[in-house]
Amino acid sequence: MKNISTDIIIVGAGPAGMAAALKAYEMGIKNILLVDRLPEPGGILQQCVHNGFGLQKFKEDLTGPEFADRYIKKLGNTGINVMLHTMVMEMTRDRKMIISNDVDGLIEVAPKAIVMAMGCRERTRQQVSIPGTRPSGIFTAGVAQRFMNIEGYLPGKEVVVVGSGDIGMIMARRMTLEGAKVHAVTEIMPYPGGLTRNVVQCLNDYNIPLYLKHNVIDIRGRDRVKAVKIARLDEKGKPMNGTFEIECDTLLFSVGLIPENELSRMISLELSHATGGPFIDDNYQTSREGVFICGNAAFVNDLADYAGTEGEIAGEAAAKYLNDSLEAGTKARVVAGDNVRFVVPNFITREDSVTLYARVTQPMLDVTVSSSGGIINMKKQIVKPSEMIEINLDSEKLKKIKGLKELMIDVRPNK
Amino acid sequence: MPSNYDIAIIGGGIVGNAIARELSRYELRTLLIEKEIEVSFGTSKANSGIIHSAIHDDPKTLKGKLCLRGNALWEELSKELRIPFERVGEILVARSRDDLPVLKKMLDSAKANGIPAEMVEGKRLRELEPNLSLEINTGLLAPTAGVIPPYEMTYALYENAMQNGVEYLLESKVTDIKRDGKCFVITAGDQEVKVDHIINAAGVFADEIAKLVGANNFIIKPRKGEEYILDKRLDNINNHIIFPTPTPTSKGILIIKTIEGSTMIGPTAEDTSDREDTSTTEEGLNKVLSFVRTMIHDIPKKDIIASFAGIRPVSDTNDFIIEESAKVPRFINAAGIQSPGLTAAPAIALMVVNILKTTGLKLEEKKEFKKYDKPHRRFSLAVDKEKELLIKLNPAYGNIICRCETVTEAEVAAAIRNGARTIDGIKLRTRAGMGRCQSGFCIHHVMKILSKELGMPEEKITKRGGDSLVVKEKR
Repeated sequence: MKNISTDIIIVGAGPAGMAAALKAYEMGIKNILLVDRLPEPGGILQQCVHNGFGLQKFKEDLTGPEFADRYIKKLGNTGINVMLHTMVMEMTRDRKMIISNDVDGLIEVAPKAIVMAMGCRERTRQQVSIPGTRPSGIFTAGVAQRFMNIEGYLPGKEVVVVGSGDIGMIMARRMTLEGAKVHAVTEIMPYPGGLTRNVVQCLNDYNIPLYLKHNVIDIRGRDRVKAVKIARLDEKGKPMNGTFEIECDTLLFSVGLIPENELSRMISLELSHATGGPFIDDNYQTSREGVFICGNAAFVNDLADYAGTEGEIAGEAAAKYLNDSLEAGTKARVVAGDNVRFVVPNFITREDSVTLYARVTQPMLDVTVSSSGGIINMKKQIVKPSEMIEINLDSEKLKKIKGLKELMIDVRPNK
Repeated sequence: MPSNYDIAIIGGGIVGNAIARELSRYELRTLLIEKEIEVSFGTSKANSGIIHSAIHDDPKTLKGKLCLRGNALWEELSKELRIPFERVGEILVARSRDDLPVLKKMLDSAKANGIPAEMVEGKRLRELEPNLSLEINTGLLAPTAGVIPPYEMTYALYENAMQNGVEYLLESKVTDIKRDGKCFVITAGDQEVKVDHIINAAGVFADEIAKLVGANNFIIKPRKGEEYILDKRLDNINNHIIFPTPTPTSKGILIIKTIEGSTMIGPTAEDTSDREDTSTTEEGLNKVLSFVRTMIHDIPKKDIIASFAGIRPVSDTNDFIIEESAKVPRFINAAGIQSPGLTAAPAIALMVVNILKTTGLKLEEKKEFKKYDKPHRRFSLAVDKEKELLIKLNPAYGNIICRCETVTEAEVAAAIRNGARTIDGIKLRTRAGMGRCQSGFCIHHVMKILSKELGMPEEKITKRGGDSLVVKEKR
């Protein structure tokens, strides 16, 4: 079996993986292997032809491919070994890996550090238990996006979108622009699943109706989707009487994302029920030393910009780990309190600065984001599950947190 | 005009293909006619893959006899077709005290019929099935029951039959059968074929086919069954096929250990009037979950990755009907093949051959029956050394197009060369698209390979023929 020696392997060349590779390189690690199973770097960004990327990171409004290109250009100026069309087959707890492609066959790699940046996958119709037939014309929003933007095919003409995730709303607009008729976007919750800017720019601007507290309860059609049955949901989420039907040939599911962690499972990392990713500290290191994870593989982010930032932290930490300069400071545990679905990283070890990301369970107006010990106290006009709360902690605050051992974050109404 | 074929088999499911392969041992002109674009697209598409021990069936019925015989035949057949077959065993559990005498009676009957079986209780039962609910203390173990990949099996029979000269007429629905002297003239799609014998293996449509020539002394009562598959990551839920104690009318809902190692739960049993209604329902899912949770409490709904439904062709006699029509000579029904139809299929095929020997057909064995030579090499099951060799021989083995099930481009291309025409055909043969992402990652790869191998534009590729185009338009 062929063997490649490398100091760091980075799995996944999306924004998180590319940022991690670049940062580690900048930190002086020259022997870096960046692998991705797609034929080009950029990950899912390549199919996101819409704008809205880079506002945080580059203070510019970029498309997905343009955003990816910022990193890809930089990669070209380094000696980072980028292996595309390559998949990780096996990974062991002692950091031995087997990767595979059609040129080299199976390749053994025994890196000193691993940065996992596999991104996430979409939840499917099955995972939201929608009954009915199983005809052609049922896609997750991301698959439809790939067909439309990369492969060059219009997936359908009469469309219903199930779930108001960001990709679903973006695809509702995209397909409208391509001449399809989007009849409805349904959402089981009383509020949209994606960003407000997408509700406004993708649905409202195109007069696409958003049915909150509604769900598709039956799919019809033998060969191709013919119609869906939609019901209004009661307070408990059960379908109410008075359903209606929409004739359509296509259904797009935008019902959530799941961090891709098959590799984490291979090395028995415990996964958090709240995030779907492994437990991590503020260097994005997992419970296994020398194994880091960042971007949507760690937890689902709102913006690709965040994935890039996390990649930089993980890449820097991996480089420090190789130089034996990654300090294992005292740990404080970060815990989700009132109206907090998750808050990450799960452990604070650093003393310089740390950014926490929290997602609420329920939308709320006029709230305070607070913590144990009164260390955090931020007023917010509005919080929603679709938009992460960013909490920046400086060295002074971090010192106080370490004294507490545990930091609980609460989001509570001011009244 | 002389006939074009000695025999036409109508229906390309497991039964039709098992018969076709058996007949291909003889010097015969055999044609199999199927209405769908590929074989195994009807009821066989929804098979749960169980090779039953025959403990459930009355040994006096045809079902009972052929199930027991079939169970034994699978040993050799699976080797010949190089299909994995594992005798994982079945355990019928007692969910209440009332079940105990039923199980005892089944044990006695099994012994009388030479079916290996034993009672397992308490600690032993829990060792075999650690997750069984604590209320369950007794089970009847039948170790000869097993599991196979049912679709791969059907395709292997199909390919081996073709290798040995059986012809296939696909996408051709039989709409008329006329008698012409001693022959039959079958209208199938836009073709007419003249044959000497007809074997009716048309599954849920068997009574309609029989009716075309007046050989319908039975009716088919379609009965729908819904099945649900759990993520293979949860591979430690059960080790056997777990049945409840049967009632006089039903085998109940099971927890199946599939050949893939994953757990499947189902099926429901609902009589339906629509022979093509393979929709799943909320009620079905709830029924399955609440039933199986009486046997193993912790069956998580959130880890269900796929569902499907199939229609069982139940005859009004409630038994298999395998006989030459009394009214129409040389028209042989192989109908009413509900469960245990997969188990019985090889035995049904032998029985049909024996019937043909009595109808005046000259059965002359071929000098050479070609052994199955196109086994589906599953890359994911190969050891590293084999994987390396495969990639060296054919680099397309290094291109993994389905990440959940680790299926390679080479396997997809091979499936197409062996007859796959559609996304579902690839899925059933190679497992590409069967995993937890439900084809999100692989569908466009599979479309591209189909397009390349078939020389057909991608926008013409269908999920399963007919109007099931994957995409609407090229841009």
